[in-house]
Amino acid sequence: MTEATGGIEMEEDTSGKVKKFLYVNRKAPYGTIYALESLEVVMITAAFDQDVSVAFLDDGVYQVVKGQHTKGIDVKNFSPTYRALEGYDIEKLYVEKESMETRGLKESDFLVPVKVLSAGEMADLMLTQDVILSF
Amino acid sequence: MKFGILVNEGPYTHQASDTAYLFAKAAIEKGHKIHRVFFYHDGVYNSSRLTEPPQDDRHIVNRWQKLGKDHHIDLVVCVAAALRRGIKDENLQEGFRISGLGQLVESGIQSDRLVVFGD
Repeated sequence: MTEATGGIEMEEDTSGKVKKFLYVNRKAPYGTIYALESLEVVMITAAFDQDVSVAFLDDGVYQVVKGQHTKGIDVKNFSPTYRALEGYDIEKLYVEKESMETRGLKESDFLVPVKVLSAGEMADLMLTQDVILSF
Repeated sequence: MKFGILVNEGPYTHQASDTAYLFAKAAIEKGHKIHRVFFYHDGVYNSSRLTEPPQDDRHIVNRWQKLGKDHHIDLVVCVAAALRRGIKDENLQEGFRISGLGQLVESGIQSDRLVVFGD
């Protein structure tokens, strides 16, 4: 647990307080480090027993696309980690419909079960959150 | 209101750190409290003691340091992001501290608003 939370003690005055965290991912998985480092925060948040949702918009939808092969660019393929989120009780994954369709993707192209939301529904989801982190 | 701040971009290349600083300063002037600034991604470079901008330019690192000292703001640099980019205790500016991502999550839980400054 110490490693997962970066060495901090869990007995801070956050205990028992549960907020709704939404992670908004807007960037392609490779080319910049945002996606990977976003995923690292998502995992840590789960260790704090918070109510976590993860959304994929714009090029961020590519983060959860099946069949990523990164050998040619000599970068670690971290996409299997999205499948591990379920084990951390992070099951609320959302993909924005417009971003998905613009890129010629469909629901069956994703490596994890996601809920597809229209831009309007995504906005409604954001309104229900306490903390939104955009990467 | 109690604010937490997240800075996701490095100094000078991007305006995120400047905007975050000006926001923090303005919030404090209005009587709000900034309890923590968390530096993540390239934002960790905002803590490098080796930063030496030209004399006629703003010193982003020292500006954060002073704001932190004057108003008791916890300036936290993410350990994983920092090590990846060569920021260690040896070159960390005084007033900053290196810690884990848990500090960011905690800031989200404890503050009334967590404000993200990034690309």
